[in-house]
Amino acid sequence: MKHLKAIIASIALFAMFAGTSLQAKVEIQWWHAFGGRLGELLDEQVNKFNASQNKYTVVHTRKGNYSETLNAGIAAFRAGQHPNILMVFEVGTASLMAAKGAYVPMYQLMKDAGQSFNPKGFVSAVSGYYTTTDGKMLSMPYNSSTPVLWVNKDLMKKAGLDPEMDLSTWKRVGNALDAAKAKGIDMPFCTCWHSWIHLENFSAYHNIPFATKANGFAGLDTELSFNSPVHIKHIQTLGKWAQEGKFKYMGRRNEAGKNFRAGECMLMTESSAGYAGIKKEAKFEFGIRHLPYYGGTEAPQNTIIGGSSLWALSGKSKEENKATAAFLAFLSKTDIQAKWHQDTGYLGVTTAAAKKTKSSGFYKANPGTDLAGIQMMRNKVTQNSKGLRLGSFDQIRGIIDEEMEGVYSGKKTAQVALDSAVRRGNVLLRRFERANK
Amino acid sequence: MEKRVFFKGWWLPALLVAPQLLISFVFFFYPSGQAIWNSLFLPDPFGLKTEYVGLDNFRFLLSDPYYLASFKTTVIFSTAVSVSSMALGLYLAALADRLIKGAGVYQTLLIWPYAIAPAIAGVLWLFMFNGNIGLASYYLKALGYEWNHTLKGDQAMFLVILASSWGRISYNFLFFLAGLQAIPKSIIEAAAIDGASFWKRFGTIVIPLLSPITFFLLVVNIVYAFFDTFGVIHTITSGGPEQSTTILVYKVFSDGFVSQDLGSSAAQSVILLVLVGILTVIQFKYIERKVHY
Repeated sequence: MKHLKAIIASIALFAMFAGTSLQAKVEIQWWHAFGGRLGELLDEQVNKFNASQNKYTVVHTRKGNYSETLNAGIAAFRAGQHPNILMVFEVGTASLMAAKGAYVPMYQLMKDAGQSFNPKGFVSAVSGYYTTTDGKMLSMPYNSSTPVLWVNKDLMKKAGLDPEMDLSTWKRVGNALDAAKAKGIDMPFCTCWHSWIHLENFSAYHNIPFATKANGFAGLDTELSFNSPVHIKHIQTLGKWAQEGKFKYMGRRNEAGKNFRAGECMLMTESSAGYAGIKKEAKFEFGIRHLPYYGGTEAPQNTIIGGSSLWALSGKSKEENKATAAFLAFLSKTDIQAKWHQDTGYLGVTTAAAKKTKSSGFYKANPGTDLAGIQMMRNKVTQNSKGLRLGSFDQIRGIIDEEMEGVYSGKKTAQVALDSAVRRGNVLLRRFERANK
Repeated sequence: MEKRVFFKGWWLPALLVAPQLLISFVFFFYPSGQAIWNSLFLPDPFGLKTEYVGLDNFRFLLSDPYYLASFKTTVIFSTAVSVSSMALGLYLAALADRLIKGAGVYQTLLIWPYAIAPAIAGVLWLFMFNGNIGLASYYLKALGYEWNHTLKGDQAMFLVILASSWGRISYNFLFFLAGLQAIPKSIIEAAAIDGASFWKRFGTIVIPLLSPITFFLLVVNIVYAFFDTFGVIHTITSGGPEQSTTILVYKVFSDGFVSQDLGSSAAQSVILLVLVGILTVIQFKYIERKVHY
């Protein structure tokens, strides 16, 4: 009974305080997908913003993983209960873009609120993903990463290899795996995010189209094209490694990260944002390398991003939109961006943040952390390396994942699997085109 | 002669059935109607626009080989879950029924797993068979058996069947035990005196007398395997690898809520509705006739 009274009293007190602060400030909601260490860092950003001024309050809520957050946002939008800001992962970008009327475009939001906002300040390989073909930025890049090769140097030594050896091509990687297998290393190679790294980024890196119509940027009538000979060769190689026990499949997302951090896996392809976890947990010496490529093809172009951007959903009052604009402008500030980049391994999405990080000596103290940025910006972006803009892409990724599982388990050849993935994916693209005419 | 009770007037009977009708309407007719209606449309995820497409959603589904394969998956999965959990439930009940000392303790312990929610049960089994940290997969590996249910469809299927049946064994155990205890001891003893062996008695007396309960459990278990195992599949495999554990109801969820394709998802619900209707009719028309009450 005593407890109950105390609870009621505290609720009443809380309501009183919440009530008074609500009257004074405009409150906006942000739904996101970050828990753990990333969630703490995000919370820190929000607190900093709330403390930096007294007009607005940002309240953030975690809604699950990326897909769950997007789905929660969409369901809430249908019910008219949506937040001001929704975190949408890069895969959902085309779905949002096609839903005209569901969001306030970023350039519009900033203009209406009178915020000075310079889209040119963002790294073009990042902002290009969220910008229309006529140059209008629709959402705010938040966290962006790109895949790199992670090396367990201790296991390299155990395999009798020079831990600093050249691993720039898949052929050299293959040789290293042979040596590791011969020395009895149980998991020479593992990878996270199969479609993202080994087909989507692979395409950009080798400057070949993942889909027609400039990977979907130029129109909804795009068709998948990741069943070219170069793609097939790579997936077949992965399948062969899996059959020979050099590559162990651990799951579709980032499950393999656990094996790498535990020191079981020698070479792993994973997002540059794996940095925070690896740095914290790895009890071995690790190194970061560029994503390998195939020699004899066009030298590596650039990789593309994964991660999320922040969308301002529509149907909110002018005051709230002003608050949203102020918060998003705050997030793109150089010191906020630089800190985020250094803490997480995500890219510095503004050029100023990357410069600041460089001049602070962070890259020297933490070798390899600059590779992701270099890899993304090493060349002028082509229409094959700008990114992807495909509808129903979460679903298509699921299709690609399951077809690739068929290759790894030896049930299908790469040719059969990729042809099937293209065919099935195209059906969904046509369906998306029809629904968003 | 049958006894019949008549109500005078109509308002009292109407009042008495009204709550049931209301519940049926709110939880069955209204959502089913919505599903049928939605299955004729192709909406965009945000509900900003929608297009009438007639039966295109059904055509789209029935031309998808993976959708057709999920029928087969569903049959294998629900048969395996129902049969294995009922057989083990009956076996354990027969053993527990013969206990003289400590029967209460055994019975309580055997019922426990039923208290665990499917999603939690899924996570428990996933932990044991996890390729990184699982004890079961560790020992299997020590025995020279490579366990990787993220890649091997048959292993994934085995694991979801195991996890789904586990809690269900307790439920079936409970009902079978009650059924066994309701069988008059005198009949069994009479048969024993006549010289019938244990198995003879079990086959000719116990099984027929248990048939109402067996039939009830069959219906309930199949419904369970069709609809309630969703949590287990979601936590353990998410329907993979290569959709080898995607049962029909899981596909309704993943297409509707993960892929935001509400038209296709609604069409699948309609197909599922028809299927379950047919199944229920078959069960009551053909199997129930063999049941002795």
